[in-house]
Amino acid sequence: MPEPFLELVDISKNYPGVVALDHVDLSVSRGEVIALIGENGAGKSTLMRVLGGVVEPSGGLIRVDGAERRSLTVGEAITAGIAFVHQELNLFDNLDVAGNVFIGREPVYGGPLRLIDRKQLHAKVQPLLERLGADFGPDAPLAELSLAQHQLVEIMKALSLDARLVIMDEPTSSLTLTETDRLMRVIAGLKADGVSVIFITHRLNEVVQCADRAVVLRDGRMVGALRREELAPAAMIRLMIGRDLKSLYVPPAAPPGDSVLDIEGAVTSTYPDRAVSLSVRRGEILGLAGLVGSGRTELARAIFGVDPLQAGAIRLDGEPIRVAGPRAAIDHGIYLIPEDRKGCGLLLDVSIAENISLPDLSSYLRFFLVNTAQETENAKAQRERLKIRAPDVETSVGSLSGGNQQKVVLAKWLSMRPKVLIFDEPTRGVDVGAKQEIYDMLRRLTDAGVAILMISSDMEEVIGVSDRIAVMHEGAISGFLDRSQFSEHNVLQLAVGHAVE
Amino acid sequence: MNKKDLSLLVLILVVGAVVAFINPRFLYVGNLSNTLNQVGMFGIFSIAEAFVIIIGGIELSVGSVIALLGVLFIDLIVNHDVNWVLALAMIIAGGLAIGAVHGTLVTKIGIQPFVVTLCGLLIYRGAARYYTEDATAGFGFGASFPMLEWLTAGRTNVLGFPLPHSVIALFVIAVIAWVVLHRSVFGRYLYAVGKNEEAARYSGIRSGRVVIAAYVICGGLTAFAAILIAMYTRSISPAVHGSFYELYAIAAAVLGGCSLRGGEGSIVGVVLGTVLLQVLQNLVNLLGIPSSLNFAVMGTVILIGVLADQYLVQRRRRATTAKGQPQASGAGASLGGATAE
Repeated sequence: MPEPFLELVDISKNYPGVVALDHVDLSVSRGEVIALIGENGAGKSTLMRVLGGVVEPSGGLIRVDGAERRSLTVGEAITAGIAFVHQELNLFDNLDVAGNVFIGREPVYGGPLRLIDRKQLHAKVQPLLERLGADFGPDAPLAELSLAQHQLVEIMKALSLDARLVIMDEPTSSLTLTETDRLMRVIAGLKADGVSVIFITHRLNEVVQCADRAVVLRDGRMVGALRREELAPAAMIRLMIGRDLKSLYVPPAAPPGDSVLDIEGAVTSTYPDRAVSLSVRRGEILGLAGLVGSGRTELARAIFGVDPLQAGAIRLDGEPIRVAGPRAAIDHGIYLIPEDRKGCGLLLDVSIAENISLPDLSSYLRFFLVNTAQETENAKAQRERLKIRAPDVETSVGSLSGGNQQKVVLAKWLSMRPKVLIFDEPTRGVDVGAKQEIYDMLRRLTDAGVAILMISSDMEEVIGVSDRIAVMHEGAISGFLDRSQFSEHNVLQLAVGHAVE
Repeated sequence: MNKKDLSLLVLILVVGAVVAFINPRFLYVGNLSNTLNQVGMFGIFSIAEAFVIIIGGIELSVGSVIALLGVLFIDLIVNHDVNWVLALAMIIAGGLAIGAVHGTLVTKIGIQPFVVTLCGLLIYRGAARYYTEDATAGFGFGASFPMLEWLTAGRTNVLGFPLPHSVIALFVIAVIAWVVLHRSVFGRYLYAVGKNEEAARYSGIRSGRVVIAAYVICGGLTAFAAILIAMYTRSISPAVHGSFYELYAIAAAVLGGCSLRGGEGSIVGVVLGTVLLQVLQNLVNLLGIPSSLNFAVMGTVILIGVLADQYLVQRRRRATTAKGQPQASGAGASLGGATAE
């Protein structure tokens, strides 16, 4: 093995209250293909952002060609030959391929006029296109290319910068099988040219197919490295899990009742050829696990009526209902606590009281006007009940911590009469203390007869809180687990599309 | 009345005092009454504009609507002998319809409000000019509507002060608009949609309907203002009547604390903004500043006002973050933070 040109030594990254990276080492040699795997939130993306110069590590060293430094800037990373192919591609839809590859570095003529030399631009891009075997020309408008082709453009951009290392963050997550195959060939080609590749993926078969070695992260720590000959899905899954889960499970007071919410053959626009069927029973918390992008949020949005359902039916207490929009869902007693709290859940610079009353203002009427006294009173009661820590209910929610903001979103719905509550990542960005309070509240709600569907990417949460787990994989349910079958291994197996052994 | 409104009021008093000091004619009853009359007419369509700005939209066709509906109103009562009560109802219905069309184009078709209402600005102006064949529309000899004129352009003596009826109309409309915006459920929805349409939708608010309603209210109020202005001027040259009035309206709304991003603004602020603009107009006349500089003076004052406001907001934000950070680490530290500031 040749001498590595890039080494990360003892890299740590702390965010307030969270250790994202915990003393991680990683070295990259010329022409090496490294797969970086781990669960959601294991620190994979953070590590790659350290390499790309976007995140400054809290501790450790980065050694590039023997030179040591504490952190990289984006410019230094580029100079060092590190290129990043982002999960959300950073390309300009309104330019052509060549324009994107050489953005900011266009060949110019005309002296001070700095006009773009299109001929030379295209001439410079052509060899890159041939090298990657692209099926489009330098003047193809980006808007007409597929996602897979966009990726090739990003890779060309990297190569045009003389990249020695190309980092790809989940490059295949939205590709079709043929497109994935082609990307694998491109990676092999890069390797043959001596370019190294690090790719983050959840698809373990791809790792086996093209990686020289796999590095496994868990909770910000590097928990293992597998050499080419050791690469097998089972071995990788074993490394990805294997943490002791704290037992937080509180069983329901009574066994779950009849099903309250039945989803039959629901199809969302993200996965138009996959259908989802599931039911949530009275008094139960159904955990909905799966990898990021498996279609869970889209399903929640469709049930709540934010996006139209492409096909399928929703039944509430056995009766088919039509959910034309969020208003209809709310009138039926189906409420959603969205993942994007700041964008969809709250009005940030509005008071706690006004946020809580917003979905139910018509019940605060007195002579057609909002009875602010009643509004304040109810907000105070909810603050008490959910232990929202704020000086008073006139405080704007933007100044609260994540946990308290989440409690305000919850308070909106608890002042009404919920039948079904859908939580999308209920404790993302919520501190440990508030987390437990929210879990307690979930259990109290189900014991009061509410049915809860809880989308979560936090393994500890899914296993510790749910009464039953449904796992989604690429837009469809890949399996259900009862409490007796709960294990991180089983959830992960289903999440990557394998059957439970 | 919030802090912003209060500082606007102070600004008006300062500018007024300066003008009165330099030229005491500012305080003459006649001058004040005339200025108030302008405030009444301009205030009504500025409130109209505020409704749309609060939901995060913009309405650029106000001036053209005032020209078109004004022409139509005079034509109806003078040339077609329509009973003025009926004509008034027809014109207001026309304004509501225009608002409904704008709102529908914005929400259902998804065209940007700026584009929709810019097209409106051009279309209604052109329609007004074509309808009158570009001739001035007005009251012919002998045509008179004493009741209508008294109601719309008349003045009533209140304690010796001739109070223009347009101000009374503005007062009534402002009170109603204040209640609607600041106390009613619908008002909450308007602000919620303007602040964060997505979050409003997730809270079950049918944001499309709220947006359309805002444009409809804007259209109706603008139509009412159009009638007052037509009765006040008594003759309308369709090419220039009401031109730039949308900019007066937007300026008043912005001065009154409306953010063009939506979700902010108060009715008191909008009315005060209108007052300031009219006082400035008056200032130009009374201080012998060439009237060609009229817009330049207004633009400068608005710019200074917005800059000052931005500066104050940033200072306040720095003050709260300086106080807020130690607060998280403990109560003792927060005292230190507060005194340091």
